[in-house]
Amino acid sequence: MECIFITQKQFQKLCKRMVNKVTALSVKNLSSAYQKKVVLDSLTFSIEEGTLTGVVGPNGAGKSTMIKAILGLQPRMTGSIEFFNGKEKKLTNRLGYVPQRGAVDWDFPTNVLDVVTMGLYGQIGWFHYPGKKHRKLAIEALEKVNMAEYANRQISQLSGGQQQRVFLARALVQDADLYFMDEPFAGVDAKTEKTIISVLKELKSKGKTVLVVHHDLQTVPAYFDHVLLLNKQLIAYGPTEETFTKTSLKKTYGGEIHWMGSDQIAESL
Amino acid sequence: MIRLLSLFESSNFQWVFISTILLGMAAGMVGVMSNLRQQGLMSDAISHAALPGVILAFLLTGEKQLPVLIIGAGISGLIAAFFIYGIEQSTRIKRDAAMGIILSVFFGGGIMLLSIANRSGGGQSGLDSFIFGQAASMVRSDTYVMGGLALLVMLLIFVFFKQWKVVLFDPQHANMMGINAHLFSSLYTFLLVLVIVIVIQAVGVILMAALLIIPALSARYWTHSLLILFLLSGFFGGFAGAAGTLISSSESNLPTGPFIVVTSSGIFILSLFFGAEKGLFHLKRYINKTALQSDGTSGGDEK
Repeated sequence: MECIFITQKQFQKLCKRMVNKVTALSVKNLSSAYQKKVVLDSLTFSIEEGTLTGVVGPNGAGKSTMIKAILGLQPRMTGSIEFFNGKEKKLTNRLGYVPQRGAVDWDFPTNVLDVVTMGLYGQIGWFHYPGKKHRKLAIEALEKVNMAEYANRQISQLSGGQQQRVFLARALVQDADLYFMDEPFAGVDAKTEKTIISVLKELKSKGKTVLVVHHDLQTVPAYFDHVLLLNKQLIAYGPTEETFTKTSLKKTYGGEIHWMGSDQIAESL
Repeated sequence: MIRLLSLFESSNFQWVFISTILLGMAAGMVGVMSNLRQQGLMSDAISHAALPGVILAFLLTGEKQLPVLIIGAGISGLIAAFFIYGIEQSTRIKRDAAMGIILSVFFGGGIMLLSIANRSGGGQSGLDSFIFGQAASMVRSDTYVMGGLALLVMLLIFVFFKQWKVVLFDPQHANMMGINAHLFSSLYTFLLVLVIVIVIQAVGVILMAALLIIPALSARYWTHSLLILFLLSGFFGGFAGAAGTLISSSESNLPTGPFIVVTSSGIFILSLFFGAEKGLFHLKRYINKTALQSDGTSGGDEK
């Protein structure tokens, strides 16, 4: 029999982790408004470490707003956020964010490698510049999304799917523990979709926690182990097989949802 | 030509010349940020809005001290910027309309005050030069202040180059990286107003855009790198500033601004046609090249 020696402290840490799982994100009573219109209405939920959560809801349900409010990119009216059971702090290097592609001007004068290196700016320090080590990390991240050959390409020359993979690489290079992705699957080609799925799987196998805003209801059960249904209020949150049900979806989408057959879902918006 | 060269015999002109180069460079670099933020016209609005501040400062102090006038310009420029952002955020009025309102109200007010100042001063105030610019009317002590401030602007751009890059490209990502995008946004507005007020004497309020917008646009045709874009735009701005100063100083009472516009738009037209990265002639070659490449390797990557 093979023996592994660990210190008592390590053992305790391991036990603790096995007994009560660490909460990666805990949101209490989160509300947010946009120009006096309430977009998020007192959300409360907590997400366990190592889960892959799909955030689902109709257009204007506040999915993007929720992510931005959690990350402090959008002012919130009420509520408190706790990351990794700690007090609320700016956890620059532990939180990763993949915004929607349209959030930036892709005609900006820079190349792919540069954009990915920007994911390391939180670690490089204010007056230091990226060096060989950082460039290597950025190339590695690009390899994970099959974009290494485009490292020196101008970002204005990328297709939509390639832009999405660059954003993904920029988040991966950070090696964060909790990732937020805003509609990474929206309008991308098949190759990009495959790449994103494999990245999500890899992140999960590494014990990272990921929240993904997702539009395509049909793929939710295949991609995510947890699902968060949102329509300004929190409709339901839990493991996909328990939460992703006809009743809760009807509650989320109102009358806008039609059922095709027994358990096939189609969206009509 | 000889007459132009003889200008350099005057040490005052040498200083004016050097400081307008520095001013042009600083304006060209700040212009890169304005263009990338898609706020090119904001600089035009602020510079027009600086006029009433200049005249009010003169009327209040009764002296034509450039540092005092510049403080006046800065205050009224900042108030205008504040109003534009305020109108945009608190009403349904869009930014372009807000800029139109503020620009015309402030500039109109400035012209009105100018006519008052000219009447009371018997038309001898010399404040007219703030409208189209007159670099030659700067005195040596002014050039120290202006040139020094221009150097400060450039220094702030290069010290925080990394931060500017991420804030300009993706402000939300900057926040995620612990770089306060809002703070840098305010610093940008400060730099913009600073550049405008120090360039006012040389270029005038009306044609400010020539130094802020055109060099950056021209430089974009030559490069895809942000660093080179800053350097090149600074170079174009400095060149236009120098040429404008040189031509306008060759005869007495020639305004500087129009010559700067002519020079920088000349650079722009050359860039538009021959720019190495985005110029029209180059683009054709580029399309041919990529068409050939994609024929050879049909990766099927694009949708």
